[in-house]
Amino acid sequence: MEEKHTIIITVANHVGVLARISGLLASRGYNIESVIGAPTENPDIYKINLVVIGTEERIEQVTKQLNKLVDTIKIIDISHKKNYIVREFILIKVNAAKNRSEIFQLIEVFRAKIVDVTQNHITIDLSGPPRKVERFIQLLKPFGIKEFVRSGEVAVSET
Amino acid sequence: MNGAEVLIDALKKEGVDLMFGYPGGAVIPIFDVLYREDKMKFILTRHEQGATHAADGYARATGKVGVCLVTSGPGATNTITGIVTAKLDSVPIIVISGQVRTDYIGSDAFQETDMTGLTRSVCKHNYLVQKVDELPRIIKEAFHIARSGRPGPVSIDFPVDVSNAKVKSYSYPETVDLPGYKPTLNGNPRQVQKLARSINRAKKPLLYTGGGIISSDASKELQKLLQKTNIPIVVTLMGLGSVPYDNRLFLGMPGMHGTHAANYALMECDLLIAVGARFDDRITGNKHTFAKNAKIAHIDIDPSEIGKNVKTDIPIVGDAKNLLSDLLAEVNPRKPDGWNNTTEEWKKKYPLKYIQPEDGEILPQYVIDRISQIADSDTIIVTDVGQHQMWSALFYQHKKPRSFLSSGGLGTMGYGLPAAMGAAMAFPDRMVVSISGDGSIQMNIQELATCAINKIPVKIAVLNNSYLGMVRQWQDLFWEKRYSSTCLKRGPDCPKDCRGPRKECPQLYLPDFVKVAEANGLKGLRAVKPTEVDSVLEEGLKVEGPALMEFMVRKVENVYPMVPAGKSINEILSGEE
Ligand SMILES: Cc1cc2nc3c(=O)[nH]c(=O)nc-3n(C[C@H](O)[C@H](O)[C@H](O)COP(=O)(O)OP(=O)(O)OC[C@H]3O[C@@H](n4cnc5c(N)ncnc54)[C@H](O)[C@@H]3O)c2cc1C
Ligand SMILES: Cc1ncc(C[n+]2csc(CCOP(=O)(O)OP(=O)(O)O)c2C)c(N)n1
Repeated sequence: MEEKHTIIITVANHVGVLARISGLLASRGYNIESVIGAPTENPDIYKINLVVIGTEERIEQVTKQLNKLVDTIKIIDISHKKNYIVREFILIKVNAAKNRSEIFQLIEVFRAKIVDVTQNHITIDLSGPPRKVERFIQLLKPFGIKEFVRSGEVAVSET
Repeated sequence: MNGAEVLIDALKKEGVDLMFGYPGGAVIPIFDVLYREDKMKFILTRHEQGATHAADGYARATGKVGVCLVTSGPGATNTITGIVTAKLDSVPIIVISGQVRTDYIGSDAFQETDMTGLTRSVCKHNYLVQKVDELPRIIKEAFHIARSGRPGPVSIDFPVDVSNAKVKSYSYPETVDLPGYKPTLNGNPRQVQKLARSINRAKKPLLYTGGGIISSDASKELQKLLQKTNIPIVVTLMGLGSVPYDNRLFLGMPGMHGTHAANYALMECDLLIAVGARFDDRITGNKHTFAKNAKIAHIDIDPSEIGKNVKTDIPIVGDAKNLLSDLLAEVNPRKPDGWNNTTEEWKKKYPLKYIQPEDGEILPQYVIDRISQIADSDTIIVTDVGQHQMWSALFYQHKKPRSFLSSGGLGTMGYGLPAAMGAAMAFPDRMVVSISGDGSIQMNIQELATCAINKIPVKIAVLNNSYLGMVRQWQDLFWEKRYSSTCLKRGPDCPKDCRGPRKECPQLYLPDFVKVAEANGLKGLRAVKPTEVDSVLEEGLKVEGPALMEFMVRKVENVYPMVPAGKSINEILSGEE
């Protein structure tokens, strides 16, 4: 069964390391939903959050292949792990020529923030668990989404 | 000192005393150091692809890291095929390429190519040296990565300003610090016990071993295990020589062109013990039927190989040499039994055979057979790619590890001659025979001159069938003999629809290999009749220096046994259908 997997990769902060990771995924034909990478509290270490879609066996191959890269220090698939806090950030622009109050209500319920308002649209900022973000998008759809950008998932362990 | 001097000194500290390569603008500073250097031999090949295969042949024959040095741009891109060849067969080589000045990188400067970008997916690891201070660490790491764990190629891109950069002093690191790279060498003892128990219980156990036995230098341990357990064994193309051909338990090579005995055993066994072999599709055929009655144990140093192609019941990650010793201690002795008899009957019933008529055409199998008889027993055989490669695998009597060098994973035509040069440089006292087809030999034929000028005594046997034989065989069997672009004699006057040799075929064959050999300073010999084969071999193998022996063989001979692609490996064509 194909499933979404969130994978956290800890790598040595060397030149081109992000290219190595994304190049490997592309050359082996894996289906990536999002990748984001940024330095961590330790300047020698870089963390990459990856969301890929695939069967259990295929994801196991992905992680093994990624692990083989000399720069990879640690890799965990957190999809079935409970003790991780996962967040995603989104900026979304909706049509608001009509139905403004309904949109304001949704914003309040989701504890989102308005970052810009014009005659025709509202731009909203929301961060939260990926499912919450996804639900928010679905609920706004009927009003007409002009544009959105998602950060992709980031995660940190509770312990 | 400058960067170039640091480089050469560091290479010497790694034990390198021989390199292959080709100069150019971006590496003149390094070649200038070599000019003064007398502890580092350098072989100037005639093409950078030749240099990478030569380094590869050296590495396969010795187990040491092969090194080559080339310039930026076209020099660097010419090494790509050699790098991929080494990657797919897990061979430790280091390719040092020049690069434009660091401040020019990214500007499409003269002879600039993004070598780290180009090689990223085809080498084990790669480096761009950005500052001279990093150089010692990079060299240390590169050698460590190339030779440890699952070996593989490493590319080092070296900008010319870094070569010229001055350093006051430098110290070569003793150790590497690579937190993300720690190959597992020792296997989990519990898994080894589990495997030993499975072996003790199995009724039809089978060993399936490959290139991993060669790279971990485990053929002694493997043979001890065979002695204690009497388990029949099949050995892949990449593992040939790790068990001598005359060991009673050896059933031959499995797979597409494997023996009946090897393939039947794979289909019938109830416990398959894979060691240092990667379940390549040339071996498994149809994956759904492959070894379907068997529990599968897989010992490999690379965790990503385990479970990649087939489901594994007993996975064990670690070095083959260590694990075979552990297993040897754990497992009960086993006497030959009914299963052994069955496998031996297959061997008897389906021997590899050919019938060489005394006054007909020369059969390619016969040539290989005769090489096997006439060449010294510690000869290193190197092949190109095609039918002759399979006949060399099947009909040569393999006796020793690291003595059969062949491009298996990538199947690179043009590998043979330069790789043989590398092996001959490594072992000046051993006979090195490169077995080639008339197609493959032309892909790096420029290296003939390299052999002659440097007195590298490679003996080249060209099996001339005037076809790209292996492709023609597929066209013969699966494409109704439409020999599209596989005939090397074909000219403008040939009929469009040609399905094989005819009386009217052009008599002229180009090039004339004997003349090519002579023009390059090699002894050139040709056998046209079966009765000439031995005398050509006697003369060619014994002359001092390199020689090329051309054998005009039967044009439309096919390699059998053959399992058509995607079929179950017991659906074997034997050529008598
Ligand atoms: C025209 C053509 C036809 C071919 N037909 C056949 C055929 O019929 N039969 C056949 O066998 N091959 C055939 N091949 C070759 C085939 O394509 C593969 O190259 C070959 O089967 C792979 O061999 P291997 O499984 O031994 O793996 P290798 O490529 O040699 O890989 C070695 C394995 O060992 C592991 N390893 C490395 N070091 C260690 C260590 N220290 N300890 C433990 N494990 C280690 C590696 O991780 C890897 O998994 C053919 C090739 C060509 C070009
Ligand atoms: C560089 C390269 N190009 C193409 C092929 C495809 N190919 C595989 S075998 C073969 C024919 C080889 O012909 P030859 O060297 O004459 O050997 P023969 O099969 O006749 O023994 C070809 C074209 C290849 N393996 N490598």
